[in-house]
Amino acid sequence: MKKSKTIHAILAALTVLLTLTAWSPVQAQQKNIILSTTTSTQDSGLLDVLIPIFEKKTGYFVKTIAVGSGQAMAMGQKGEADVLLVHSPAAEKKFVAGGYGINRRLVMHNDFIVVGPSEDPTKIKGAKPTVEAFKKVASGTALFLSRGDNSGTHAKEMGIWKAAGINPEKQKWYQQTGLGMGQTLNVASEKKGYTLADRGTYLALKKNLSLDILVEGDAILLNIYNVIEVNPAKWPKVNAAGGRAFADFMVSKEVQDIVKTFGVDKFGSPLFFPDAGKKEEDMGK
Amino acid sequence: MELIFEGILKAFYLLFTLDPEVLGITLLSLQVSGTATLISLFFGISIGTLVALTEFPGRRLVVSLINTGMALPPVVVGLFVTIFLWRNGPLGFLGILYTPAAMIVAQAVIATPLVMGITLAAIQALPKKLRLQILALGATRLQMVWILVKEARLPLLAGVMAGFGGVISEVGASIMVGGNIKGYSRVLTTATVMETSRGNFDVAIALGIILLLLAYFINFVLTHIQQRERPR
Repeated sequence: MKKSKTIHAILAALTVLLTLTAWSPVQAQQKNIILSTTTSTQDSGLLDVLIPIFEKKTGYFVKTIAVGSGQAMAMGQKGEADVLLVHSPAAEKKFVAGGYGINRRLVMHNDFIVVGPSEDPTKIKGAKPTVEAFKKVASGTALFLSRGDNSGTHAKEMGIWKAAGINPEKQKWYQQTGLGMGQTLNVASEKKGYTLADRGTYLALKKNLSLDILVEGDAILLNIYNVIEVNPAKWPKVNAAGGRAFADFMVSKEVQDIVKTFGVDKFGSPLFFPDAGKKEEDMGK
Repeated sequence: MELIFEGILKAFYLLFTLDPEVLGITLLSLQVSGTATLISLFFGISIGTLVALTEFPGRRLVVSLINTGMALPPVVVGLFVTIFLWRNGPLGFLGILYTPAAMIVAQAVIATPLVMGITLAAIQALPKKLRLQILALGATRLQMVWILVKEARLPLLAGVMAGFGGVISEVGASIMVGGNIKGYSRVLTTATVMETSRGNFDVAIALGIILLLLAYFINFVLTHIQQRERPR
């Protein structure tokens, strides 16, 4: 008798569990927006502030998928996202030119920095322009840690290597982590290596890192975020109205004002600078 | 070391203040992994028993496939489930990608071979003569299967623990098919990954500790049932 009682108790518990889990999988589809974005916008906490405001205002439910910019655009290219918030301008232009995205609009910027151990074994501190610092790294023995993950930061890094006329692949001083920005910074810190990072992630993690800013303030280091709507003409299942609403929201005055002050209380300086309405050609001037 | 201590403090702080976000994440972990385990029990035990009790050509191949399935990498499962559930994928009409339902599907796929493999081993470990004996006493085949499953309940409970342990601690598939969406599909493991990359190591450690406590609690209950029924 005791045995069957136990079994009944377990069955009852499991039934309760199942009832609790009875989701309606097919919710009002058009109320869902898939936002495919880079990790920095999520890891910095910016989206945690913005999305609840947007959801409250419009009634949409935003599914934020934080991946590298490369993967974000790959999702858009397959029609598996509705709107993108990314920072990989060259790839973005290709994406839009290929007809996968429409209405690419400038949202904000911050900048990339080259960080490394305070001893700075290869003496790159203050090197100008950034290309020179990269050339020095290539001639030294200290490690350079690359994201190696097709993210916006990785694309930027590859662009700088190209400008320096260096192919870092398979070099002894070059390692690819294949990880996100935060983890790559940790690896660089542990291995006393150099890496390229976005300022926001660096500031957020600074207290746990033994890395200093060595190169900054160069036009090539500009980190520009754009919002792109996935082209519904290409993929009829895309939530075009939702994507448009989110993109409009990102460039609205309300959001731009929040971006302006976001992070000041925690880091002493803003993590992003609002740019809506500006022209890309004017950036960095 | 200081960090770990801070993490432990944070874990208890979050637990005792009943932090609503952490509570939600913990409950969702339990719901998703519990439901996935339940589904895996259904398929795992029934198919495992069937394979254990029947002879058919290619049986060895099937058994070796099931045993290999016990080592199914969660990220690979996550990748395939994602591709199937894409809007434009074969199961896109379901519209469940980036929902807890998708996480249940992926976790059930991970847990099923675990339960199946252990069921198979457990039923096969029963003495062969037992079957004949049960049949000789006039039981129908169905009754015989039921009695055998009941006989094997102790190792089967080990299968439940292995299945549940496999999915509650899994992160690769959950983050891929669930998307780690705040307040919706964020579970303990995916939240730990995110807090680590955000540099909030104390919160990450705290979430890890809560996960361990949860796993311990579930296994404590299951072990209690298992050991009480141990043949003496």
